Amino acid sequence: MHADRDGRDTGGSGGGSTLLSEAREDAVAPYAEGDPILQVRGLAKHYPLTQGILFKRQIGAVRAVDGVDFDLHAGETLGIVGESGCGKSTVAKMLVHLERPTAGSIRYKGEDISRLSGRALKAVRRNIQMVFQDPYTSLNPRMTVGDIIGEPYEIHPEVAPKGSRRQKVQDLLDVVGLNPEYINRYPHQFSGGQRQRIGIARGLALNPEIIVADEPVSALDVSVQAQVVNLLDRLQAEFSLSFVFIAHDLSIVRHISDRVGVMYLGRIVEIGSDAEIYDHPTHPYTQALLSAVPVPDPSAREHRERIILHGDVPSPANIPSGCRFRTRCWKAQERCELEVPLLAVPAVFRSADTPARHDSACHFAEEKRVVPPEGEREGPSPDAPGRGGPAVEDLPGPGEPRAGRLPEEDGTPSQQEDGTP
Amino acid sequence: MLLEVRDLHVEFHTREGVAKAVNGVNYSVAEGETLAVLGESGSGKSVTAQAIMGILDMPPGKIAGGEILFKDQDLLKLKPEERRRIRGQEMAMIFQDALSSLNPVLTVGQQLGEMFVVHRGMSRKDAKAKSVELMDRVRIPAAKERVNQYPHQFSGGMRQRIMIAMAMALEPSLIIADEPTTALDVTVQAQVMDLLAELQREYNMGLILITHDLGVVADVADKIAVMYAGRIVETAPVHEIYKAPAHPYTKGLLRSIPRLDQKGRELYAIKGLPPNLTRIPPGCAFNPRCPIARDVCRTDVPPLYEVDAGRRSACHFWKETLDAR
Repeated sequence: MHADRDGRDTGGSGGGSTLLSEAREDAVAPYAEGDPILQVRGLAKHYPLTQGILFKRQIGAVRAVDGVDFDLHAGETLGIVGESGCGKSTVAKMLVHLERPTAGSIRYKGEDISRLSGRALKAVRRNIQMVFQDPYTSLNPRMTVGDIIGEPYEIHPEVAPKGSRRQKVQDLLDVVGLNPEYINRYPHQFSGGQRQRIGIARGLALNPEIIVADEPVSALDVSVQAQVVNLLDRLQAEFSLSFVFIAHDLSIVRHISDRVGVMYLGRIVEIGSDAEIYDHPTHPYTQALLSAVPVPDPSAREHRERIILHGDVPSPANIPSGCRFRTRCWKAQERCELEVPLLAVPAVFRSADTPARHDSACHFAEEKRVVPPEGEREGPSPDAPGRGGPAVEDLPGPGEPRAGRLPEEDGTPSQQEDGTP
Repeated sequence: MLLEVRDLHVEFHTREGVAKAVNGVNYSVAEGETLAVLGESGSGKSVTAQAIMGILDMPPGKIAGGEILFKDQDLLKLKPEERRRIRGQEMAMIFQDALSSLNPVLTVGQQLGEMFVVHRGMSRKDAKAKSVELMDRVRIPAAKERVNQYPHQFSGGMRQRIMIAMAMALEPSLIIADEPTTALDVTVQAQVMDLLAELQREYNMGLILITHDLGVVADVADKIAVMYAGRIVETAPVHEIYKAPAHPYTKGLLRSIPRLDQKGRELYAIKGLPPNLTRIPPGCAFNPRCPIARDVCRTDVPPLYEVDAGRRSACHFWKETLDAR
């Protein structure tokens, strides 16, 4: 697999390099090493609501995504969390061009891909692949595993010449921890976790640089979830992939992400490194979301303050004025109704040197720790020996937010599914 | 004891052979107590609940043995009419997917009122007034107006509240909730769980909470039964199981979930997959996936050893597991 990647980078990607040179002419700023690989600005998707059968009039719009900004750096995992209907999946679809944005731009290596079409689009798509949520419906039941994983090569034949495809598919099966001999089997012969591995292998087939994963583990059983999360972690290191990881499960997002963005009703309300968001949240919605997550430890219950939000998320067809969270916010004041809060470092923290100094779209941002640090809890957790030591580690000192994830050797065994259906 | 399940066996006759979904389950629930039944898909947790409620599809399902004692009478020996009377009045069930459990062409008021019309012989008008009262009690805003709306006009959390209202309608002494919050968002999940716990306290009901989510259980349960391949592998009071699991499966599950308050590192993963229920491995069903399995595990089915008062573990090496944390 390493050879593949190198091969492509040097000579194999004729289509890709010509595209880049064409694009450079009209790009605003040339892409330089170290720039974000993906820059999303003002991204919006509005679905029109119409009335009448013959003469359709637009009577409104569902503003599923309504102005989303973020950067994705090479080799990084950006987690996007939010409740259902917040627009996180629509963002994913726009990133891989399954939906066309109503407004805004998606710059891949400095070039806006949101308006591309035809050959230019096809070349870009090769580098941004998607892993879907439901491994039961995202695989064609009438195709063999080999055909499913090999299908991307039909569309991008330059990646793998016809003769070598079968071998490549078998390599991919091996990479995701499935037996290469299963190449002629059908999806129904595999379990949920194994199917998700097939979906991941398909996503990897074209050696993409970015993988957009939309709830890749939420359909799986707990014991299988861990296997797939570990696989994604390993693949990222092995192929230096950049991940956009979309999920509603805050614990899994923390586990896998370097940076996290919290979405509410079509907008990102808070974004920062994982420690900034989980240990130093400043937006009331993030705080409520974090406090609502059940922690599998009854003794943690006494140490946690629960913020229970009232009511439901408003309809995206009828978004409240000003701050869109104000209808459920306990801090809301008149200003929240009149003025839309921008996603920026709140004024109170602007000059402070704390991890609370990160982008948060709230007029009354205030740090509040809702997830207790490990050390504060009584009673060892079941895995105390492995986790007990670095208890203080989750409390970064001022001014040293924990960037990047350090794989730590703590003797935790990693095991793979044995690959037998 | 309000409910006692004794050595229950349930089989499904399929084309591939006999799937043994439940293989000798024992558990009990007292009044005012919450028992959480934890397990992955295919562990038999829902099938046990369906057998208790008497809503198992038979055939292909078949209760192959055991007793279900509810208020000291064996439900399995009752006539269908007698069971129907108990269902709804004495015990009720809340399902995971409220949208598909509600009838889309009837208003929620009609569906809630039906309970009173059928079981209590009330007039439609009185039943409707009762429905409004119930909807108020589960804190659905503007209950008077919303009683005439259809299920699709409610949000997921509100629909689950209606399901709870329906289960509570006749004030049963036992409620079985099968994954009641799995389909809901976290912020709504907390609201619904709180409501359920509050109503349970108020009416001193027994509650069986079926779930796969170790986190949800930690906040509300009194005791936990962990199921694997149709058997209970561990039962314990809720505090102890999280502190010191006595079965390798429970231990693996607890270690394999990422936690909000703990970052990074590779997750522990239980190797392999749950067994096919038509071919459960001999000996301990967990042995092919168990990190400490030895020869005896491949031949002898472990009984539920008594670990401590109120604690049992179906592992030959429970002591080792408990000590080696």
